[in-house]
Amino acid sequence: MSTIASTSRRSWRAGLRAGLPYAAAGFLLSLSFGVLARETGMSAGATIAMSAIVFAGSAQFAAISIVAAGGGLGAAVVAAALTNSRFLPMGIALAPSLPGGPLKRAAQGQTVVDSSWAMAAQGDGSFDRWFLFGSSAIQYVTWVGGTVAGALGGDVLGDPHKLGLDAIFPTFFLALLLAELRDARARRVAALGALIALALVPLTPPGVPVLAASLAALLGLARRTVDA
Amino acid sequence: MSAAATWTLITGCAAITAAIKAAGPVALGGRELPAWFLRVIRLMAPALLAALVCVSALADGDRLAVGADTAGVAVAGLVLWRGGSVILGVAVAVAVTALLRAV
Repeated sequence: MSTIASTSRRSWRAGLRAGLPYAAAGFLLSLSFGVLARETGMSAGATIAMSAIVFAGSAQFAAISIVAAGGGLGAAVVAAALTNSRFLPMGIALAPSLPGGPLKRAAQGQTVVDSSWAMAAQGDGSFDRWFLFGSSAIQYVTWVGGTVAGALGGDVLGDPHKLGLDAIFPTFFLALLLAELRDARARRVAALGALIALALVPLTPPGVPVLAASLAALLGLARRTVDA
Repeated sequence: MSAAATWTLITGCAAITAAIKAAGPVALGGRELPAWFLRVIRLMAPALLAALVCVSALADGDRLAVGADTAGVAVAGLVLWRGGSVILGVAVAVAVTALLRAV
């Protein structure tokens, strides 16, 4: 066994471990997705297929909520695209850390989910890709598993609103955010991003506020680092 | 929603998600990126995550509203801040939200 292979395996296992708490929380999140999707009239099979093929929580919630509110399919897909647009800068950041030709790189890019991407960042602009794969793999398993539980068992659970399941989604992302607020500059950027998004909520279609918040990262153009 | 509409929605969401995730890795190849670019990229996560949290906890369609879920997320935030795990935070958020809605 070569050194590279054993390093990859170690990273993969570390990723699986690091992804476990997010996978557990993701199970509850996708369970709530399964219940909500069934309420919009989707069949259990289609609900489970959506989680298995799309595997992007915020986009799935965005698309479903637009359909539930009576919006068109086009609007739902655009909302999913806007919500997922944050994966564009994430993919750009990840790109230098991925080996192989276009097809292989495209396939590796599919493994990006928020928590894995954030945790696989090594702080110097590079990413541990096997850590990323491991962390996303375990989250994929529970994402689909939770959807199956929600789609098939939703009737047993009762009203998801009464149960407070809608609080899962923001809390999941809050946990990721707190891990990112290591220095003063990151905290300023987070505050600015939040302000931009909240200011745009009444003015723009869903998805746009979060996308526009990425502009706050331009504070990084200033060379001087407060944290150092 | 009809079965045909459902599958159109799923296919559309899947295709657009795959394209977005593939774009960066394919277009950029293995090129080295300038330092200023990497600094901006590193700050994308706090900017996007803060926006996602605030919008999902405070936005109700196109208006801002403080609800039981906002309180649940805030209490969970305290738990997470004090070093609680993500799964504990989620449990607290759900419990507080459900409790406030029950009373």
